[in-house]
Amino acid sequence: MVNENQTEQPKNYVQPIVEMRGIVKRFPGVLANDHVDFELMPGEIHALLGENGAGKSTLMNILAGLYRPDSGTILIHGKPVTFTSPKDAIRSGIGMVHQHFMLVPSQTVTENILLGLDDPRFLLNLNEYHRKIENLGDQYGLKVDPRAKIWQLSVGEQQRVEILKSLYRGAEILIMDEPTAVLAPQEIDDLFKTLRSMLVSGKSVIFISHKLQEVTAIADRISVLRKGKATATSVPLGKTTRQELAQLMVGREVIFQVEKKQQQAGKLVLEVEDLHVDNDKGLPALRGVTLNVRAGEIVGLAGVAGNGQRELAQTIGGMRACTRGKILLNGDPIDNRNPRYSIQHGLGYVPEDRTHTGSSPNLSVTDNVIMKNYYKEPIAHGWVLDATSASHFAEELKTAYDIIVPNVETPVRLLSGGNLQRVILAREISGQPSFLIAVQPTRGLDVGAIEGIQRLLLAQREAGAAVLLISEELEELFSLSDRVYVIYEGRIMGEVHDSNLENVGLMMTGTPLDQIQQKGSPADD
Amino acid sequence: MTETGSTTIKPKKFPYRVKFEQRLTEVPRWFPAAVSVGAIVVALLLGAVVIAFAGGDPWRSYAHIARASFGSLGVFSDTLVKATPLILVGLACSVAFRMKLWNIGAEGQFFLGAFGASAVVLAPLLPAETPRWIFIPVMMLAGILAGALWGFIPGILKAKLNVNEIITTLMMNYIAVAWNNYFIFAIWTEGGFQMSPVFPKNAWLPRLADYAIQVPLFRGLTVHLGLIMALLAAVLVWFILYRSRWGYEIRLIGDNPRAAKYAGLNITRNMVLVMMLSGGLAGLAGMSEITGVVHRLQGAISPGYGFTGIIIAWLAKLNPYAVILVSVLFGGLILAGREIQPSGIPRMIQGIILVCLIASDFLIRYRVRIVRVNGEA
Repeated sequence: MVNENQTEQPKNYVQPIVEMRGIVKRFPGVLANDHVDFELMPGEIHALLGENGAGKSTLMNILAGLYRPDSGTILIHGKPVTFTSPKDAIRSGIGMVHQHFMLVPSQTVTENILLGLDDPRFLLNLNEYHRKIENLGDQYGLKVDPRAKIWQLSVGEQQRVEILKSLYRGAEILIMDEPTAVLAPQEIDDLFKTLRSMLVSGKSVIFISHKLQEVTAIADRISVLRKGKATATSVPLGKTTRQELAQLMVGREVIFQVEKKQQQAGKLVLEVEDLHVDNDKGLPALRGVTLNVRAGEIVGLAGVAGNGQRELAQTIGGMRACTRGKILLNGDPIDNRNPRYSIQHGLGYVPEDRTHTGSSPNLSVTDNVIMKNYYKEPIAHGWVLDATSASHFAEELKTAYDIIVPNVETPVRLLSGGNLQRVILAREISGQPSFLIAVQPTRGLDVGAIEGIQRLLLAQREAGAAVLLISEELEELFSLSDRVYVIYEGRIMGEVHDSNLENVGLMMTGTPLDQIQQKGSPADD
Repeated sequence: MTETGSTTIKPKKFPYRVKFEQRLTEVPRWFPAAVSVGAIVVALLLGAVVIAFAGGDPWRSYAHIARASFGSLGVFSDTLVKATPLILVGLACSVAFRMKLWNIGAEGQFFLGAFGASAVVLAPLLPAETPRWIFIPVMMLAGILAGALWGFIPGILKAKLNVNEIITTLMMNYIAVAWNNYFIFAIWTEGGFQMSPVFPKNAWLPRLADYAIQVPLFRGLTVHLGLIMALLAAVLVWFILYRSRWGYEIRLIGDNPRAAKYAGLNITRNMVLVMMLSGGLAGLAGMSEITGVVHRLQGAISPGYGFTGIIIAWLAKLNPYAVILVSVLFGGLILAGREIQPSGIPRMIQGIILVCLIASDFLIRYRVRIVRVNGEA
């Protein structure tokens, strides 16, 4: 690493265009970046690899001026800078294309690109700017009609507009946050071509991703983040293997064993067969998922978030329709019905999003725990809701599940994450489900809370319920589960019974298990 | 909020700045009430400035308003008469707003309610000599049903086709007024005037003044049975919201529709039902006004009650009992307003109060701190 005050450089020294040193960023309860170093050379594509929540986007948002680091320095062309807004970053030649596009749907491409600029100041000669943008697009192979309205464009085209927006503002450094997540395979190829053509004209690219295949296809050098720390910095592509990268990304920690009783799995409770489901954008999220869960076992589903786990849970929960395939719960088909139908057939569901789906923030603990049995005796007598028996019920759950709250009339938005999760689990488990699906049940909780939640899940297993645990925490998955499926881009990559993290890492990044086994020992490409 | 400067030395900067921080802890129970009272005081002070500016004596004006609306039994009774329709439309809006259905069509539902009640007398559905104890319930039912129908249409459009209810309810207000006008001008007109004949006495809601012979104290008191209906409606709405299965569904959907869907609730059906309940309450307000005060169908039966209902629901924070209190205050302001000036200042004071109360909500969610500007690394 170069000394900060060094004035004379060695002969062959090429100065990094971006240096970030010792970046620390803390959010309430999370250390998102823990003394992270990062550098970018001119004319390279530098991949930033890591799981969701590893701190990749945070680091790059700092570079793009959206966040300010708690400590650490940023140097651009060797000069320290302090960005107080994205405008400052753009002035230094840094442009970022976010995962969620920041475009105005009702306006044209040109209007979106000019938005917020000082020039043109008052009169707008659109034709002139249409031409300018067309030329810029031709230069980088970014074909898009400047006169088209954003809402008429495909996602891939919208991404091109975002890139054009950065280029038009004179970006020398382009940060792409998970750019391929929204693209079709053909569009990915086009994007890669564009990125390479940008290198030719001397620009540099930072490519954020959690997909190993893409990273090894496009990047010159790679940095890996894991839980806010850099586990590898600026490794040239040739000097590493996919296995190493997978390990650096997923980690290799001692898996502590929670006390888990040996028991035989019982009858089939959940059967999912060849399930195809679309996501909110109408793109396929699940492409033929087949899995099953038996009574008295916990089955894990591993995978980086965004590979169809949420859609799978929602479809089982009756909140999303499937386009093909079927779901049987205790032998009854429950696909394409409605949530209450699934619940009445024995489903308990701990959703991924505690505050937006799993609970109603401004309602009391009582109102939240009766969410699924409010219409039944003893909570309701006909049309009338029995407030007394509802609060009795809430008090019972409060004691049984150690929910720490002054009284059951407290709105749940005031509860800590762990307590809120207990409220949700208490509600789901008290319905005595024969099948429980838990999505990321311990995310964002502290150690003590995590242990409590895990115990509750194991207790369900011992009580003979079938449990499907969807998590990104491999440690948790392997200590709790009897067997684990790995999902990638809506397909099951395989089923594992041991915790061979190397294989799991490869499967999580897109290599099916049978391919790994065919090759004998994993090899790189 | 703008970020203040970095370490680079900038010439003299004011060393303090105001900072707004989101409150992370719950405020004590008395706090929202205290903030509301504070907001009203601030609003009255602002109003005083304006009155003084217009050449009036603010304190005498305020004293006059108080006397003209709450000063004696007689005027207080008039205040309650004004408050009666306000309570009902306030409840109508509260119920809909609870589920985040922005029904701004209470005005139209009010007119339809008045029409429905009038139709019983004028169509006529019942002969003029029908006894009062049959007349009144039938008119109530007709008013509620007509209002509910006017709520059902935007409700079903929203539920089935996701048509914006703000637009439909607003537009249907105009249809309702025009519908009533058609009947007033053409069908039920009395000798070419734009009003219907007066209803027979047994179709009038009983007033306290009617019992002045038995209780001399009631002489001249205009409070009618509609007030009792409004108060009962408030209790009923409270019971529905907090003590019934349906109310639980309304509250859950209103607070978090995604959680409601996840819990297996039928959201679209509830949308329609709540819009009908809301319309029905506003329709009842129209019925009560027409049979308790006006006693005939005519054009000017509402000085914008339906729209005032939106304000009332908001100020009462959608609480049915608070709706009663706020309605009485507004009833007083409307009544006293006429004493001072037909329009202008009293309306303006209403507006200032509203703005201050809504703005004061900010203090419940944020805390204001004055901090030193310090250089950040």
